[in-house]
Amino acid sequence: MRQRLARLSFAQLITLLALLVIFTVILILPLFALFSKAFLNSSGEFAGLANYVKYFSTPSLSSSILNTIDISLWSTVISVTLGFLYAYALTRTNIRCKPFFKYMALIPIFIPTIVHALGLVYVFGRQGIITRMGFEVALYGRVGIILSEIIFTFPQAFLMFLVALEFTDGRLYEAADSMGASGLTKFFKITLPEIKYTVVNVFFVCFTLAFTDFGAPKVIGGSFNVLATDIYKQIAGQFNMNMGAVVGTLLLLPAVLSFIVGRVVNSKNAGTVSAKSTKLVVGKSLKRDTFFFVFCSLITLFLLFLIACLFMGALSSYYPYDMSFTLRNFLFDNSSGGIKSYFNSLQMSILTAVFGTIFAFVYAYMMEKTSGFNTLRRYGKLLSVLPLALPGMVIGISFIFFFNSPSNPLNFIYGTVTILVVSNILHYFSVPFFTATGALKKLDSEYESVSESMNIPRWKTFLRVSVPLSLPAILEIFMYYFVNSMVTVSAVVFLYSAQFRIASISITHMEEAGNFAQAAAMSLLILLVNVCVRALYEFIVKMIKKRNNDDKTRQVKEST
Amino acid sequence: MRRILSLSLSLLLVFSGLILAGCSTSQPKAEEKAPESQPSTTTPTTPPPASDEAVKGSITVYTALEDEQVTEYLAVFNAQYPDIKVNVVRDSTGIITARLLAEKDNPQADLVWGTAASSMMVLDDQNMLEPYAPKGIERILPQFKSDKAVPTWVGIDAWETAFIVNTEELAKLGLTVSDIQDYDDLLNPALAGHIVMSNPASSGTGFLTVSGVLQMNGKTSEAGWDYLTALHQNVDQYVHSGSKPAKMAAAGECVIGISFGYAGISQKAKGAPVETIFPASGSGWDMEANALMKKSQINPAALTFLDWAISDEAMDLYKVNYPIIATGGNGTYEGYEIADPLKQLIDNDFVWAANNRDDILNKWAEKYDSKSAAQ
Repeated sequence: MRQRLARLSFAQLITLLALLVIFTVILILPLFALFSKAFLNSSGEFAGLANYVKYFSTPSLSSSILNTIDISLWSTVISVTLGFLYAYALTRTNIRCKPFFKYMALIPIFIPTIVHALGLVYVFGRQGIITRMGFEVALYGRVGIILSEIIFTFPQAFLMFLVALEFTDGRLYEAADSMGASGLTKFFKITLPEIKYTVVNVFFVCFTLAFTDFGAPKVIGGSFNVLATDIYKQIAGQFNMNMGAVVGTLLLLPAVLSFIVGRVVNSKNAGTVSAKSTKLVVGKSLKRDTFFFVFCSLITLFLLFLIACLFMGALSSYYPYDMSFTLRNFLFDNSSGGIKSYFNSLQMSILTAVFGTIFAFVYAYMMEKTSGFNTLRRYGKLLSVLPLALPGMVIGISFIFFFNSPSNPLNFIYGTVTILVVSNILHYFSVPFFTATGALKKLDSEYESVSESMNIPRWKTFLRVSVPLSLPAILEIFMYYFVNSMVTVSAVVFLYSAQFRIASISITHMEEAGNFAQAAAMSLLILLVNVCVRALYEFIVKMIKKRNNDDKTRQVKEST
Repeated sequence: MRRILSLSLSLLLVFSGLILAGCSTSQPKAEEKAPESQPSTTTPTTPPPASDEAVKGSITVYTALEDEQVTEYLAVFNAQYPDIKVNVVRDSTGIITARLLAEKDNPQADLVWGTAASSMMVLDDQNMLEPYAPKGIERILPQFKSDKAVPTWVGIDAWETAFIVNTEELAKLGLTVSDIQDYDDLLNPALAGHIVMSNPASSGTGFLTVSGVLQMNGKTSEAGWDYLTALHQNVDQYVHSGSKPAKMAAAGECVIGISFGYAGISQKAKGAPVETIFPASGSGWDMEANALMKKSQINPAALTFLDWAISDEAMDLYKVNYPIIATGGNGTYEGYEIADPLKQLIDNDFVWAANNRDDILNKWAEKYDSKSAAQ
């Protein structure tokens, strides 16, 4: 037994090592190339902590830390609350139109974050629709950033809560009912404890996203300084890479923190859903359903309103001074990449999705379904959460330093679509990894043991059992990579090449050139393809489920 | 057997990335590397290239010119040199400069076109520019090129501080354009919270405005800072782009944007209710400049491009958008009604501005950037 394990482990060790080497090369080495600059002065000599001392003794810089924490906390608390209520409404009540509400909540992740800010300007700006009705919001600055980040993080929070709330053991609630527990007691004694780990995770995901986002603060942040705009000022304004690196290291703090907390939390996180669980039957309550229906409608209305404003902006000649209808804004100037950038984006996103999915799933499989090499796997897990904390700009700049070095044998990928794909795979790695891990955790490890004892090679088990059974998760990862690659800006702005321009960058350029209408129009095209991909995903998953059910019924028929 | 399969699986993984790299690189890479693989017969500093290589091949150009200008200008260039393929990376001045600096060890660009002279000075400081005197350099006015014997960069046109005023919104405040003619007019209490300016720490336009104000008030005297402090009372926000204040004024998101001339005039052409005001006491300014990047192999076609980029033909194109060009001829067009545009420019001490840049930005940030956070 021991001998077999050792033999097996060797092959796995090679695979594991290969994956870790790839990850180290695309994550750790570039980061090292950038962050080592935090400890150098401008002429390249070792400066110790001098840059940090300078940073913390400059009030205009160090105040950004508090500002960033402030906006991240507010947007996270609000997003977590809204996301939870929204997911609760869709899982634990009997409201109507659940599928409709579900898809509406996802709208914000289908468009670049810069566009959320653009939409907010159309709604709450000085000439915004709401403002013109006499309801004024001090949009530019803190309020604008918080609003933008809420829109950005809400769907993420909602999706994570949705998964957590969908799986529960109905028997607990039945027992509580028979003991005469009130709704409130059930909520605090059963529901909350069941999802408390999700709450912690959602909190950190939202916090990190808001903490590192650059698009919204740049467009709508006014004079309110946050770390992400500080990096921009240091790198693209004052060309001070050393100070930029200092800010970059500070941006990593939430990730490190969440990794520590995550380890503590997850070590105690044991599954609560057993095979004997029964489905939760949602009781009748008109009051509850009315409340949640109104709540969901309000959120949906707001999001729809935002999109409607984009349409209005895209279809009018010169908002707000010339409101005549036009389709002219969809005839993109060739100069900003034109419609070709849209097709380039599609190509890049498909490549990212294909290779990203393979990488993330195999990686998660190696972390989840192998045993031994605990140190290596711990290292692998640390690597897997880091990308979540990296602002795109840090990835972009560090890729330049690392991959553009003439002594780097991988230098040839610089300036090609490959480096865009690699940076996207890395930038968005964490969530697919979590998704894959979650799916693999649900698969019984008996499959591996059985195939072991039958002498079936592990890769066969992987391809014939793990992959087919995890197909919905794999498709989800594919979709996630695709959608995010369509909307990403911050990392690729430093890496896209003269020959290959992409749509999300074009949107930034249009926004910068004041072509808000064209930017809105391009966003709608991106929204369109992302919605189509999402719909396709839903359709395929439905087909898979249906086929599985058909199989089962056929088997039942055959056996009778 | 099992081991071999696992091994090959892992190898497959390692190489899938490389294969991906290989497939997708082949085409653009071939184009990019082509010029480098040619034997370089011309030494960097010996113009003019008359060889065959000088009129064909492909070059990579980094530029901060506006998207629409790049398209228009390149069409003219390619009419004359159809066999030179120009690959353009265009972005804001800050991003372009940051990219060039980050790529220092292995420059991707053959040349830089139409990018702020202040950025050129930074690149020059880092010894990243190759001295080159393009054909016709003698026509360029002395203040528009670097002061080296063989210039490291050559200016093509200038852009200058301008106030972009939204007339419809201004009327709502009971003011007219004639009330906004000079710097002091911006201190009118009626304008409190209605002015947007670009942040000098993230925008070249913001910096040339601040630098201009300081220079007009005697460089080191406090008078310049006193003005900026008074202005700060009326400023609603400092944004991270030079043209954004103009666009915000055009969209009615503010009443006055402190930006640059072209930004305002082009917004008006698009139908925005704005007027572009050049302050009566003069404008701070910077120029857009060209430079050859220092590389182990200089692409002869890059020299051809740099020659063309200061030719009369090119200058005629520039002056349609920027009335002040480096050869001294002036463009005339609607929205720019100044008798002698060169006189609008203050006597700018670029060396002083470059040397004091860090101090100015630190002082500015300390006074206005941290304070503005707690609005």
